[in-house]
Amino acid sequence: MAAAEKQPVTITCAGPLNGVASGLLTWVDQRFPLMSSWRDHLAEYYAPKNFNFWYYFGSLAMFVLVLQIVTGIFLTMNYKPDATQAFASVEYIMRDVWGGWIIRYLHSTGASAFFICVYLHMFRGLMYGSYRKPRELVWIFGMLIYLCLMAEAFFGYLLPWGQMSYWGAQVIINLFASVPVIGPDLSEWIRGDFVVSDATLNRFFAFHVIAIPLVLLGLVAAHILALHEVGSNNPDGVEIKANKGADGHPVDGIPFHPYYTVKDTLGVVVFLMVFSIIMFFLPEGGGYFLEYNNFIPADPLKTPPHIAPVWYFTPFYSILRAVPPMFNSQFPGVIAMGVSTLIFFLLPWLDRSPVKSIRYKGPLFRAALTIFVVVFLILGYLGTEPTNVWGQFGAWLGNADRATVVARIGTIVYFLFFVLMPWYSTIDKCKPVPERVTW
Amino acid sequence: MSDQNVDKGKRGFLIGATGVVGGIAAAATALPFAGSMLPSERAKAAGAPVEVDISKLEPGEMKIVEWRGKPVWIVNRTKEMLEGITKSEANVSDPKSNEPLQPEYAKNEYRSIKPEIAVIEGVCSHLGCSPQFKSVEAKGEMGMEWNGGFFCPCHGSKFDFAGRVFAGSPAPVNLRVPPYKFVGDGKVIIGDDSKEA
Ligand code: HEM
Ligand code: FES
Repeated sequence: MAAAEKQPVTITCAGPLNGVASGLLTWVDQRFPLMSSWRDHLAEYYAPKNFNFWYYFGSLAMFVLVLQIVTGIFLTMNYKPDATQAFASVEYIMRDVWGGWIIRYLHSTGASAFFICVYLHMFRGLMYGSYRKPRELVWIFGMLIYLCLMAEAFFGYLLPWGQMSYWGAQVIINLFASVPVIGPDLSEWIRGDFVVSDATLNRFFAFHVIAIPLVLLGLVAAHILALHEVGSNNPDGVEIKANKGADGHPVDGIPFHPYYTVKDTLGVVVFLMVFSIIMFFLPEGGGYFLEYNNFIPADPLKTPPHIAPVWYFTPFYSILRAVPPMFNSQFPGVIAMGVSTLIFFLLPWLDRSPVKSIRYKGPLFRAALTIFVVVFLILGYLGTEPTNVWGQFGAWLGNADRATVVARIGTIVYFLFFVLMPWYSTIDKCKPVPERVTW
Repeated sequence: MSDQNVDKGKRGFLIGATGVVGGIAAAATALPFAGSMLPSERAKAAGAPVEVDISKLEPGEMKIVEWRGKPVWIVNRTKEMLEGITKSEANVSDPKSNEPLQPEYAKNEYRSIKPEIAVIEGVCSHLGCSPQFKSVEAKGEMGMEWNGGFFCPCHGSKFDFAGRVFAGSPAPVNLRVPPYKFVGDGKVIIGDDSKEA
């Protein structure tokens, strides 16, 4: 080793071979846009030079996507999508398949890691106004990815056929039954049976392993293409393309490769360190990544004493529970839950601030975003707990569950963040934006 | 071909006609795919009635049986439980069972054929979880005037021993009573209420 380290760095490609290689490259290039794609998306894609910590999560999300696909393929080799065998096949993977437990934990913990990356990635967008013109489509493709991801995780969660899998699916599919008129038929069509059954498991498997992943990959490609068309935003929200040097490249830009490929590789290394610690020492995340009740096989006759979705769905689940039934129907709650996820699509048009980044936005927007994040976390926490966690108020409030009242207030604040945005973002006192990016 | 000679009207018509015919063909092709997701013939046929022996069901005891993949409860209600139903009258949202969630012969105070024997589908009318049996003793934990009944762990809906929902629960309506009938020797058949034996 020591001797090898002293060797001078030499270019290993010998002359003639180099000639063959470049000849081959030319041959390919005349038939396929290889080098031009390389240039457009990596070597000469100019990204702002002031990217910070928050810019790691896009590439990390892509890394986790690959991880999910690879581990998923290997799980599929031993998993049986059959109501009588599914639970046992997952146990078989865990106990009897060589390396099976590690592949399964990579996949199940990977799902949570995916959502952590995606939520931080989206929060970055909220902070730096990355959804603003001209990046509306980047944002919209991102939102579609997020919806697909939720669908993917929901379908995947049924597959181990544990108690949580079963009753979680039962509750979510029944949400569709509350749609007026067509509801009951719609939920039957989704299940393919009158109850969650083998037919449901089989089709969820089809969606989980092929349909949604294909759509997801297409959307990721669209997301990146849209981004590279308009260029990346940055923590200052300054358009670097507005200030180009003599060479035609933005003066505040640096080529993605090698600068950001190296930075992102560092991100992946650190991610893998943290991820490995969780994988090896806390693979079930204390019941948050894999719920304890899911180690009990599905029993259609008995609901576990406490059911809650996995953590990444709980803010929306809280909103669902917070809305009381109206006109003998659960539908208003379902609408509220749907709107609470879809409303993010409108952000590019709700934010009327003259500046993009939180660095130059005024106190109103900063306060609003802070309150929103706090409320999102509170709703997320409440969604993991039964509605009586905090006990009840006295008779003066009709003995209402404290947590329900808090969730109702939280739900209102959640929506106000969006609904009032056109107003508070307009009257806010913003700071002047610099000409060039800062550090 | 130069632009002057293009019959724009004809071109528009051809594009429109092709679009409409192609669209119909595409919709027709989608039909078997969408249809394949409906409950299959086998799934539809699986709903056979079940016969349950309740001769050994003690007063106050509950039995859970599976019918069409769903839990069905059979409870032998004690006098105290029946009185609890009467006491809950004022707090349930549909005391007279006006919503058609039970066969005509169970549209009465106890929502049953025989007052003491309850046959109720154990599927919450909210989002389909299966509620739990909670006796009168569970008063403290229920945080209300409680005369016994069922509690749904999913979102906290409360029902009395007749499956009637308490006002203020997320569940909008009462629990369903399946069609059933009694046959000789203390047996009950769930899913069949035809007259002939
Ligand atoms: C794209 C992102 C993906 C996400 C977020 C995701 C999420 C999940 C989740 C939450 C589970 C249940 C975890 C458990 O209890 O073990 C699961 C299970 C499963 N997934 Fe995925 N998945 C993804 C991609 C894939 C792909 C691409 C495949 C196959 C090619 C796949 C195959 C499977 C299989 C076979 C199972 C059942 C085995 C098990 O429960 O461990 N997944 N997935
Ligand atoms: S499913 Fe019973 S309260 Fe929601």
